[in-house]
Amino acid sequence: LSHGAGGRAMAQLVADLFVAAFDNDMLSAGNDQAAFDVSEGRMVMTTDGYVVSPLFFPGGDIGSLSVHGTINDVAMAGARPLYLSASFIIEEGFALSDLSRIVGSMAAAARDARVKIVTGDTKVVERGKADGVFISTTGVGVVPEGLNLSADAARPGDKVLLSGTIGDHGIAVMSKRENLTFDTEILSDSAALHGLVAAMVAAGGPGLRLMRDPTRGGLAATLNEVAASSGVGFKLEEAAIPVRPQVHAACEFLGLDPLYVANEGKLVAVVAPDHAEAVLTAMRAHPLGLDAAPIGEVVADDNRFVQLTTAFGGGRIVDWLSGDQLPRIC
Amino acid sequence: MRGQVQGVGFRPFVWRLAAEFGISGDVRNDGEGVLIRAFAGDVDGFVGAIKENPPPLAHIDTVERAPLAGTAVQPGFSIVETDRSSARTGATPDAAMCPACHAEILDPEERRHRYAFANCTHCGPRFSILENIPYDRASTTMRAFDMCPSCRAEYEDPADRRFHAQPIACPDCGPRLWLERDGVEIEGDAIAAAAKLLRAGKILGIKGIGGFHLACDAANEDAVRLLRERKRRPKKPFALMAPDMDAIRCHAALSPAEEALLNDPAAPIVLLEKADDIPAGSLAPALAPGLSVLGWMLPYSPLHALLMAAVDGPLVMTSGNRSGEPQAIGNDEAGTKLGPFVDAFLMHDRPIARRLDDSVARIVSGDIRLLRRARGYAPASLDLPPGFKSAPPVAAFGGELKSALCLSRAGTAILSHHLGDLEDALSFGEFQKAAKDYSRLFDHCPQIVAADLHPDYRATRFAEAEAERLGVPLTRVQHHHAHIASAMAENGWPADGAPVLGVALDGLGYGPDGTVWGGEFLAATYSGFTRLACLRPVPLAGGDAANREPWRNLVAQLDTAMGWDVAQKRLGKSALAGLLSEKPVANLRVLMQRRLNSPLTSSTGRLFDAVGAALGLAFDRLTYEGEAAMELEALGAGISPDRAYPFAVVEAGNIRHLDPVPMWDALLTDLADGMPPGQISARFHLGLARATAQLAKKLADEISAGAIALSGGVFQNALLMRQVAEELDGCGLPVLAQREVPANDGGLAFGQAAVAAARALR
Ligand SMILES: [Fe+3]
Ligand SMILES: [Mg+2]
Ligand SMILES: [Zn+2]
Ligand SMILES: [Zn+2]
Repeated sequence: LSHGAGGRAMAQLVADLFVAAFDNDMLSAGNDQAAFDVSEGRMVMTTDGYVVSPLFFPGGDIGSLSVHGTINDVAMAGARPLYLSASFIIEEGFALSDLSRIVGSMAAAARDARVKIVTGDTKVVERGKADGVFISTTGVGVVPEGLNLSADAARPGDKVLLSGTIGDHGIAVMSKRENLTFDTEILSDSAALHGLVAAMVAAGGPGLRLMRDPTRGGLAATLNEVAASSGVGFKLEEAAIPVRPQVHAACEFLGLDPLYVANEGKLVAVVAPDHAEAVLTAMRAHPLGLDAAPIGEVVADDNRFVQLTTAFGGGRIVDWLSGDQLPRIC
Repeated sequence: MRGQVQGVGFRPFVWRLAAEFGISGDVRNDGEGVLIRAFAGDVDGFVGAIKENPPPLAHIDTVERAPLAGTAVQPGFSIVETDRSSARTGATPDAAMCPACHAEILDPEERRHRYAFANCTHCGPRFSILENIPYDRASTTMRAFDMCPSCRAEYEDPADRRFHAQPIACPDCGPRLWLERDGVEIEGDAIAAAAKLLRAGKILGIKGIGGFHLACDAANEDAVRLLRERKRRPKKPFALMAPDMDAIRCHAALSPAEEALLNDPAAPIVLLEKADDIPAGSLAPALAPGLSVLGWMLPYSPLHALLMAAVDGPLVMTSGNRSGEPQAIGNDEAGTKLGPFVDAFLMHDRPIARRLDDSVARIVSGDIRLLRRARGYAPASLDLPPGFKSAPPVAAFGGELKSALCLSRAGTAILSHHLGDLEDALSFGEFQKAAKDYSRLFDHCPQIVAADLHPDYRATRFAEAEAERLGVPLTRVQHHHAHIASAMAENGWPADGAPVLGVALDGLGYGPDGTVWGGEFLAATYSGFTRLACLRPVPLAGGDAANREPWRNLVAQLDTAMGWDVAQKRLGKSALAGLLSEKPVANLRVLMQRRLNSPLTSSTGRLFDAVGAALGLAFDRLTYEGEAAMELEALGAGISPDRAYPFAVVEAGNIRHLDPVPMWDALLTDLADGMPPGQISARFHLGLARATAQLAKKLADEISAGAIALSGGVFQNALLMRQVAEELDGCGLPVLAQREVPANDGGLAFGQAAVAAARALR
């Protein structure tokens, strides 16, 4: 792709690529905006920028990630995602073939999720002003009547449910980027979770307190945020948290704690105790929640600590980190 | 008289001397110590006698004499009851059973014959039963026990050894001992029954002074292994208690200083070199695999003395906790947590107010070196050097592991007891409680809060919150600067003294440059420092994983020293090459090259791990902190090296690197030549000691340092400490090493307090 002179023709080329791939009336209409009816209830809106190296990794690429990530942020409100916008910042010299691969993957992800990409934008910038391609997506969706999921809603006694294994995405991306080879290839878990969410909402109703997708900073960062917002602590059982053996081994090797590693297709839910069983059953009945597990509970704690208990007693404090994981031992 | 003069039998002691010297007047506790008014008699002789031979637990810091004006002479000498609010403290350390109490419990004629809770003003529990100040019975956990008339009479008689002994008790009125199994009390003589179970190889939970112990027969290999299995503690050494000094003498060669330390009222665990001729079968091999020292202590309470006499052989006495957690102190807590570990409990009903682990010490180069400051030492105050008197009060919160906090004020500092590793939630809870507890007991309100530079230490976070809560400034102190300041302050280096050359050989500490420090040569004053040199940095491959797995540090060292291909050639088909071939070395080198969770570190602790791994010590993984280094020391102990491995000093920008490249070269040659590991270890220790001392002397000379200060956890290594001290001997500068303040992170808070105070004075 080129920038400057001839950039205009190129932009048209790219736009055509998108229209063909995303294939929907609103986009094809060629307006600078998408117009759609507003439905009953409350709408949610979210936006996220996607910057990932490498752009293609086992289990996904920046395209599918930019669809899944934003859908999931909409879905964590308990909402049904409807439309996405997409904005691309592309570095001069980026291969058109790679771009069309990314766009194709976005289109497939959106199609599978039954969400339309209805408007967008493209800029090509000088070499060095970007790293391949950056994608920014915005999503809107609707929340069912009466549902109000919020990070400050966790109460002592509530159960914590996790939809599946943790650490897959972060380790998959890092292994690919750093050229580390492990015995078994580790795939990103990148996936759109709104289907799973819908099943959980149906099963849990008002018993659902909140849902979060533990992306950057992992489960540890997510639960520390919730603990701070809700003014509570968490007690998690180490053995109950599902981690794939190969991810566990890779984390051991890298010296990383899987609790701090990013996920892109997992959610953690806080559920009132009397609804936990029903929600868990619904999760396990969904293809993205087969490994769902109760991993602990909300406790009263002035320190707002997330604690990990082991089978032999002892509670490790899983703190928020100020930056990267830093060695502590002296 | 100022010092540790309250709650230690000082007033009755003065009262008795007054009679001897014909003094009339009175004695009382006041806000500063003890005030004596003397009107007649041989006052000089009287004061001299007080200073000459004070009660065993008293320390007189200063005596100030002034003429009394206009007060009438009254007949006789009296002890004045003080208005409680004006007495300063009374929070003094627990003290081991005194000889008089020991004789009493052995004497069938005495009413305290075989009584497990006998004590007097010269001995017994103090800090461990203290709930409040001032120190009197109502503010201890003894308040639940009503004194019988006999005890009351002793308590009120100034001529009695138990005058105002707050925990005074007897079989009629005091705490009770019993043996229980599965929560059911077993009838009969608890001591005899407990001893019988122990001799039969059972594991007992024993409630002591500062917490519960887990005990078993130290000669019984099966019992020791079972205890290891139950406690999930595969190799970490167990502490031992012996019935008496003779029993220790059978197993360890004792120096007079070591005997004195074992007999000290603080009664710490003392690390002692194993004797060459330990009678076969008298100690289980599983007590301390791979180590040449064992930790010994003597019975420090009547309960222990009676039990040890009945068992008549050494017992394992390890702290009663689940792995990583603090030691249990409550009876119910012990039942729940330790129940699964033990066959029976030896219990009593005197509550423990405060968890105090056994202190751990070692004699190196004739001086005490505390490795863990707890029971018997805390909360004794430490004097700050000249010049600190006018500094504002500081609260310092130490590091992440072996945590302890420190409160300083008006030229003195209180370094708390060992509070454990703060990653554990319960230990952190203890830490928070201790922060409140100490500030209340010592009525301390800081104007400055001090913390480590590490942003994610829980102690740092806690300090930040405290500073905010109190609305006072927070001072951050670099880890190794704090270690060095700790050594300076412990040795009385004046606040405005010349810069010292500080050598901090340590595990890890966060550096201001974002790398991880741990082998540092600093030009230091209390308020600041310059890094002059360090051990050559290598990647800490995989961050904390490298702290657990010594082989990673070996690969990092060899890769940096000579490149992996050369290293591999040098290793050939050796056993070490075999061990390394099982490891993902290629991936590890990617981590290091890409700096992936692999910050550079100048850690000396990790260099020890690497050398240990080269000899196959804890190669895969440490089962306890310091394992490889301790085993490496054990290998080299008692071997006289015929040469020292060389280290180089190279310029690296504006600092110098102490470079182990030539050391690795020589070590690999020795390995290839089949040199015994003991000799390799000895050559390494001597090489590092010489290189350290030489570089220290050179740098000290360059900066015209006033002294050389040594600190950091690596100086717990007796072999290295001794050799560095020897190499520095005669350098013309004072050597400031740590003694009653641990060289490990247990001493950090003390150093942080000194730094913060000095910065405030500037
Ligand atoms: Fe340290
Ligand atoms: Mg977002
Ligand atoms: Zn006594
Ligand atoms: Zn009595």
